Amino acid sequence: MSGFAKPLKIAFGLIIIAALIVVPMNFNRYGLFILSQWAVMAIAAMGLNLTLGYAGQVSLAQGAFVGIGAYAAAIMTTHGWPLPAAIVVAIGLSFAVGWVLGYPALRVQHHYLAFVTLAFSTLAFLVFRNESWLTGGIYGISNIPRPHIFGIATSKPLPFYYVCLGSLAIVSLAVWWLIRSPWGRAFMALRENPLRAQSLGVDTRRYTLMAFAIGSALGGVAGALYAPLTQYIDPVPFNLSLSLDLLMMVIVGGAGFFLGPFLGAMIAVLLPEWLRFTEGYYLMLYAIAVMGLLIWSPTGILGILDRYLAERRTKAASALRAVAKSRLEPVQ
Amino acid sequence: MSNLFDLVVAGLATGAIYALVAVGFTLLWQTSQTINFAQGEFVMLPAFLMLAAMHAGAPFWLAIILGILLSMLLLGLAFKMLLVDPMMRHGVLPLAIATMALAIGLKEAVKQFFSAEASPFPSIVPTGDVSILGHAISLQSIGVLVLAILAVFGLTALLNRTSLGHQMQAAAQNPTVARIIGVPVERMILLTFLINAFLVALASLLITPIYLAKFTSGEVLGQAAFIAAIVGGFNQVRGAIAGGLLIGVLDNLAAAYVSTQYRAAVPMLFLIAVILFRPQGLLGRAEERTV
Repeated sequence: MSGFAKPLKIAFGLIIIAALIVVPMNFNRYGLFILSQWAVMAIAAMGLNLTLGYAGQVSLAQGAFVGIGAYAAAIMTTHGWPLPAAIVVAIGLSFAVGWVLGYPALRVQHHYLAFVTLAFSTLAFLVFRNESWLTGGIYGISNIPRPHIFGIATSKPLPFYYVCLGSLAIVSLAVWWLIRSPWGRAFMALRENPLRAQSLGVDTRRYTLMAFAIGSALGGVAGALYAPLTQYIDPVPFNLSLSLDLLMMVIVGGAGFFLGPFLGAMIAVLLPEWLRFTEGYYLMLYAIAVMGLLIWSPTGILGILDRYLAERRTKAASALRAVAKSRLEPVQ
Repeated sequence: MSNLFDLVVAGLATGAIYALVAVGFTLLWQTSQTINFAQGEFVMLPAFLMLAAMHAGAPFWLAIILGILLSMLLLGLAFKMLLVDPMMRHGVLPLAIATMALAIGLKEAVKQFFSAEASPFPSIVPTGDVSILGHAISLQSIGVLVLAILAVFGLTALLNRTSLGHQMQAAAQNPTVARIIGVPVERMILLTFLINAFLVALASLLITPIYLAKFTSGEVLGQAAFIAAIVGGFNQVRGAIAGGLLIGVLDNLAAAYVSTQYRAAVPMLFLIAVILFRPQGLLGRAEERTV
């Protein structure tokens, strides 16, 4: 990404942010719902991107953490608690459970880890479905209120979209800071070469658990926003396919790229909507698009951009070298 | 006690089908590091191919043959050439994600082109019960068990007793050396994909009469096969067989003795325990790839 000039990048970012604020103002209910969903899923995918893209730990359980956050928020807000308190609880709960889920990662890696987290995801779904005294079972929890932020009611779609967008902005800034902090460096060291990281004094054990816990906590945040967004939750959205979808978002966007989850969530949430005119075929086309993209670029959309920029830099460098060489040669 | 006996027999029958699917799953993993998240959908599809052939007027036996051939073409050859080959060198994860997308695609295709409703499927084993040692056991269970065991024995014989099988094992264990001593590694890998397609088609033929043909029916099955493969040992064919039988029985017993609500949790907890305490699987050996 460093191929662009910095002011250009900042201007581009500001235009996108402004567009995200201004353009939806005259969207209808459904359009706002989809955009809010995009923001929520981007938060969850960003969490998974920390765990998977930066720290290299495969997790098929992010959907379960969205579920944990959603149920925490739904149960608390329907009992009269304010949403911010529910978000704090959702973060704490997902963080703690994510920490515990990190322990298997200390013993096993790769596909084994994927399957442990897959099993956890199914177990969480069973708890959501069966513990009806807490979660309402298959009937779910309805009439989840939307919060008042600074005294402003957000029950209308547009204000709540801004709540989602604002949360996405806060989470993005936090993640941006995190991956540039020594912690982020330690995560990447963990991904690239755990043994070397350890020999350099990185406490790999603690950082592995942290990578899981922080990634899961962001899943919890996404869930805590998802519940008031849909205002009704039941166990079905939080089954294994949500975890798989989130994983797909991260890989399709570009794992290990900061902007990857935004693009991945856009593809996963918006592309099926854009393809809706094809009626029954839209999910099929979506699946084909994802497969085609991954065949073309296994590192996701940002992988394409990255390759292109790297190529351009190499070309520029070799051009410079050629110039320098031609200047040197006559001296000989 | 009689109840327990019946449960174990029924569990073994389902488990034998899981084993077929799990064996195919481990074969793909060993020869090409493909974690096929669409394996469940691979079992779902052949039944619909067979149904489509029957709708077109083919008799049942012909539909079965057509279904198996078509699935070998689509789920074996086309799957390998179009999806696995271009992605193999990019590592395990992107390919695994691509198979997840494939699973969505297959489900949607069946829903769109065939039906969203569950369709009945004829059984190749006559229905009815026989009495063994005073227990009424359904012929279907016995037939499924026998056919699955035959298939597994046939496969094991192929792998262990024929030159072709030895070449496949060599290609899986050490492709470089295998290539040096003249094993056509590429062809061997293709062969495992064809075998997998055959196994899933067979599993489809056996399980669909029991659970009906539905576009979502692969989801549970695929998971069961994953668990069976891991529990038994990801790198062992006999491990996958044992794992399949074990999961089948465990699932059935859990439904009867634990709770119907949490029956799905028992195999999952078992899976977590196995991965944490014996990650190479019950029958597997650590860090070794053997067909």
